[in-house]
Amino acid sequence: MRKRRVRFFAAARAAAAALLFSLAGGSPAFAAEGEKPQLLKGAWSFDGPFGRFDRASLRRGLQIYREVCSSCHGLSFLYLRNLSEAGGPELSLDAVKAIAADYEITDGPDREGDMFQRKRRPSDRFPEPYDNDQAARVANAGALPPDLSLIIKAREGGADYVYSLLQGYEAAPAGVKLDETQHFNKYFHLTGGVLAMPPPLTDGIVDYEGEGAPKATVKQMAHDVTAFLAWASEPRLEERKRLGFQVMVYLAIFAALLYFSTRRLWLTAHGEADEKEESA
Amino acid sequence: MPHGESYEPRNRFTAWMDARLPLLRVMHESFLTYPTPRNLNYWWTFGGILTFCLAVQMITGIILAMHYVPHADLAFESVQHIMRDVNYGWLIRYVHACGASMFFLAAYIHMFRSLYYGSYKPPREMLWILGVVIIFLMIVTAFLGYVLVWGQMSFWAATVITNLLGAFPLIGEAVKEWLWGGFAVGNATLNRFFSLHYLLPFVIVGMVALHIWALHIPGNNNPQGIDVRQGKDTVPFHPYYTVKDLFAVSLFALLFSYFVFYDPEALGHPDNSIKANPLQTPPHIVPEWYLLPFYAILRAVPSKLGGVLIMFASIGILFFLPWLDRAKTRSARYRPLFRQFFFLFVIACLGLGYLGAQTPEGAHLILARILTFYYFAHFLIVLPLLSVIEKPLPVPKSINAPVLKGAGAAAQ
Repeated sequence: MRKRRVRFFAAARAAAAALLFSLAGGSPAFAAEGEKPQLLKGAWSFDGPFGRFDRASLRRGLQIYREVCSSCHGLSFLYLRNLSEAGGPELSLDAVKAIAADYEITDGPDREGDMFQRKRRPSDRFPEPYDNDQAARVANAGALPPDLSLIIKAREGGADYVYSLLQGYEAAPAGVKLDETQHFNKYFHLTGGVLAMPPPLTDGIVDYEGEGAPKATVKQMAHDVTAFLAWASEPRLEERKRLGFQVMVYLAIFAALLYFSTRRLWLTAHGEADEKEESA
Repeated sequence: MPHGESYEPRNRFTAWMDARLPLLRVMHESFLTYPTPRNLNYWWTFGGILTFCLAVQMITGIILAMHYVPHADLAFESVQHIMRDVNYGWLIRYVHACGASMFFLAAYIHMFRSLYYGSYKPPREMLWILGVVIIFLMIVTAFLGYVLVWGQMSFWAATVITNLLGAFPLIGEAVKEWLWGGFAVGNATLNRFFSLHYLLPFVIVGMVALHIWALHIPGNNNPQGIDVRQGKDTVPFHPYYTVKDLFAVSLFALLFSYFVFYDPEALGHPDNSIKANPLQTPPHIVPEWYLLPFYAILRAVPSKLGGVLIMFASIGILFFLPWLDRAKTRSARYRPLFRQFFFLFVIACLGLGYLGAQTPEGAHLILARILTFYYFAHFLIVLPLLSVIEKPLPVPKSINAPVLKGAGAAAQ
């Protein structure tokens, strides 16, 4: 009887493990259109249960976004004020106001009924690079540069994918024909490596200023801008992991107390019945 | 039990109430003194866990609906507004999104438990049938909710699933367009899906109430699958099972929290972080993990209409289970042959889940067809056959004997 129970539990546990495994691994991957290369693994400070963003890295990433990416890619879900909020680059409000003032926005109508241009404020969104998708396509040989606010969540492989893509440009292998608007990137596997975006980063394309700033190598810049975009995709990540730890500790203690309550209670249940049996 | 006599009004107000609307009496007898078999194991805690899941989904869902905008141009944006600007919006949304997965995980375990211990057999057929109605409503509700995100996978899942209805001859096209509110999945579709996604959980609550009612008439089945014979076989639901269930819920909440706080996107698909685009089809359209087995069954059949019918039949057949399995012995513990086929069935379901995520080609397609065949054969051939040929082991005479003896032996 007991043995059978043990066997059942072992089998049930195996089934549960298989179910969980299929949960974790079952999220469908893109079936490889051609060979899918192994992604480069970045050393992300925001990984793991106590992950935090590296503020200096986020600020450098913001610089790269502003000086390089933003000419073609929007960040439409972000407000400029987000840059000063906790858990992000945490710029001072004055610094954010200064950044906002670099961009203009059409506001209005004013009292005369006219629209007018004014400088952006922290409460405004990041500016869009193009007026509309069609304008974006015309400027990019027919390709539409995706918005980057959710790019880390919207790609299989997440941060590692973007990090790899930024470093994945190479000469097209024999057999792949490119026209002058096309480039080859081994991580862009959906189209066999052909994409319209030219290599965005070259060594020293931005100046990292300030003391102790790293050299602006492609690898370093890819790391910084990916970290920045990871924050843009998930600006509440630090808050989430911090609260998560508190919740887990609370639940663990709560579960332990309930475990001992249950045991104690059920001992008396069987005990009482024993007595009844004896007196009967 | 239908009409216990365990409730005594304590004061004049409750006595007054009891003579007019015996709500407290019903609650008292249903959730406090309700006699429950004393030998239930932890697989029986999933009823409580599912109640917890339903409550979590409804509370978070009602809050989300305060911030969500069911419009094709704004839905995706409003989800991001919830994630970024609403206080603790990220928490509420992740709990709701992971909560759907947790709900199905618990429901599937609950169903497999029922299959293993024969809880669908007389006198619990109505209990089982109501359970099948609930899982069907859950599937529909989850699908509708997934569409509301209005990401790429939402939009294309909606397109694929609603197109299935077009496979029916004569009425198919009309039904499909009626459902869409137009000639393609669009704003009208999203708007009505939102309405239905808000409505159906309340229908589920009603079904759950009936499910609990249908449980409390015959009482719980138990791991031995034998009837309650004497008072000693049972303990009052409270405190014995309220505390035990709460312990199980707290463990379940730990798993739940792991996903919410540390891996909230693990159960989703990256394409759903891209706004719906009717002009661009994703390379592979797949449903959420909990619908993958049904998706595998759908795609295992070469004809569209045939696939749709077989997929509906895979749930529909569950309604007839109590009459397909005629074996008198309930629990698999005393049915050595059935036990092996049960685990084979579990493996078939998991295998179908795996195959639902793969492209239906080559070996995957062949395997999906074999497992689909086994899924139905299990109900239509194996179970009826086993009820004739299987020699069950002797069942214990009473619920309390082995439990109490076991406890006594442990004490010595």
